[in-house]
Amino acid sequence: MADMTVNKASSRPRGLPRINSRLLVMTLYLVFLMLPIYWLLNMSFKTNAEILSTFSLWPRDLTFANYVTILTDPAWYTGYINSIIYVTLNTVISLAVALPAAYAFSRYHFMGDKHLFFWLLTNRMAPPAVFALPFFQLYSSVGLFDTHIAVALAHTLFNVPLAVWILEGFMRGVPKEIDETAYIDGYGFGRFFVKIFMPLIASGIGVAAFFCFMFSWVELLLSRTLTSVDAKPIAATMTRTVGASGVDWGVLAAAGVLTILPGALVIYFVRNFIAKGFALGRV
Amino acid sequence: MNKTVNQKAWFLVLPVLILVSFSAVIPLMTVINYSVQDTFGQNQFFWSGLIWFEEMLASDRMWDALGRQLMFSGIILAIQVPLGIFVALNMPKSGVWSSVCLVLMSLPLLIPWNVVGTIWQVFGRVDIGLLGYTLDAIGIDYNYTQDKFAAWVTLIVMDVWHWTSLVALLAFAGLKSIPDAYYQAAKIDQASRWKVFRYIELPKMSGVLTIAILLRFMDSFKIYTEPFVVTGGGPGNSTTLLSIDLVKMALGQFDLGPAAAFSIMYFLVILLVSWVFYTVMTNLDKQEG
Repeated sequence: MADMTVNKASSRPRGLPRINSRLLVMTLYLVFLMLPIYWLLNMSFKTNAEILSTFSLWPRDLTFANYVTILTDPAWYTGYINSIIYVTLNTVISLAVALPAAYAFSRYHFMGDKHLFFWLLTNRMAPPAVFALPFFQLYSSVGLFDTHIAVALAHTLFNVPLAVWILEGFMRGVPKEIDETAYIDGYGFGRFFVKIFMPLIASGIGVAAFFCFMFSWVELLLSRTLTSVDAKPIAATMTRTVGASGVDWGVLAAAGVLTILPGALVIYFVRNFIAKGFALGRV
Repeated sequence: MNKTVNQKAWFLVLPVLILVSFSAVIPLMTVINYSVQDTFGQNQFFWSGLIWFEEMLASDRMWDALGRQLMFSGIILAIQVPLGIFVALNMPKSGVWSSVCLVLMSLPLLIPWNVVGTIWQVFGRVDIGLLGYTLDAIGIDYNYTQDKFAAWVTLIVMDVWHWTSLVALLAFAGLKSIPDAYYQAAKIDQASRWKVFRYIELPKMSGVLTIAILLRFMDSFKIYTEPFVVTGGGPGNSTTLLSIDLVKMALGQFDLGPAAAFSIMYFLVILLVSWVFYTVMTNLDKQEG
């Protein structure tokens, strides 16, 4: 209460112009961010003829034909299905292995723990371009080429380290006394972990899942290299259409808009953790 | 938190170790293999020592790509960090508008990278893109597929659009952790806005800003998809950054030896920066605890 009154009283004399300049800065920045996205959205509701012939800031001749094309043509919508399958697989695998590891890092010292942690980090930072060719050969030789699981496994390269780092950050916030009390009460490790510990870090698991989902969803180089037909992601479907005879701008824009939607839908729930996730659980 | 020594914790880490070994160690060993071998085809490989490394170190191609890469990373850092801090300082601290800003600012971060490329490829076109059309209408000669300078500007504006929010969000997280008492003390001392920033906000943000700078450096250093979609490395080789060049060499021309040597040197640079990043992070953790 005291804080609020001090703030109010002190910011009032020169308050108005400063608030306006803040508003101006934020408005300009957000317009800069939204304009290209708006343009994509705008194009997705136009016919190709309108896109190419007239220049308009909003669709004059509103059409949903581009979206209909995508949602009815198997060549398009299987791209989305493929992407969703490998992204989900990747999220599940990453979390399943990262949970126990993060617990170990947050609770115990063991031989080589710091080196291991650093080694995990280097994989998050490794350029996918370095791994593209070896992955292609590795997965071809074990017969996993062009399967969803291949892409899911390849993406664990950067998602497992990320999940471990994020979860470890959340787990450190849980007091150790809870573990000890549970063990005294006769819980075994497995039952304690699932029944007591996981609900306590539920938000952390949610955030880690979101980031695994997201980084697997936005990645193109590896997913394109490791697939040809059966598991081709939507991102690759899009790039291959660009080269075809005369680009279908409307459909391309609609496909782009549809790839933004999943992220846009869940972003509200993780808005306060975005910084934490990008900084690998620190901050 | 005081941790106890427990070697059995290794069992908990084992799944991660196995999985990441499969997806990181085996491919990395393949790369190392190629980098010290030569082939006459038919999968016949023989030891060639370090000739690929010597060849790559002597070739202009890698140094040119590295030069372009350093220039790109340098420019985007020089723009994104000050701009990100500036935006963070102007963000509403709490309430509905804070959430609105957070959500809208995060949006570009979640767009698939090739779609980011597509958005800017379209946006910059003179015939159908808002940016290209407007620039053309006011008489500026702008064509990113022909003109090197325009291509570079497009890539840099695109990256600023894509990632400045990350710096801003991290800086904002740092700003929010400053107790009100600090500002009140500054007010009593009648400190100017600049001094508040210089002596209170900047030192308190320094930790997260270091993380932001390192993250942006590393991620910009391995950028591939966005410039590939927008310019494809052209016009000529003017926007061929390290990853684009590497993929061209490895998957396009199948020059396995040189590409592998290239990969390893590329990876070593990243490793070095990761080490700095790790040291910074662990020091920050120590300060907190």
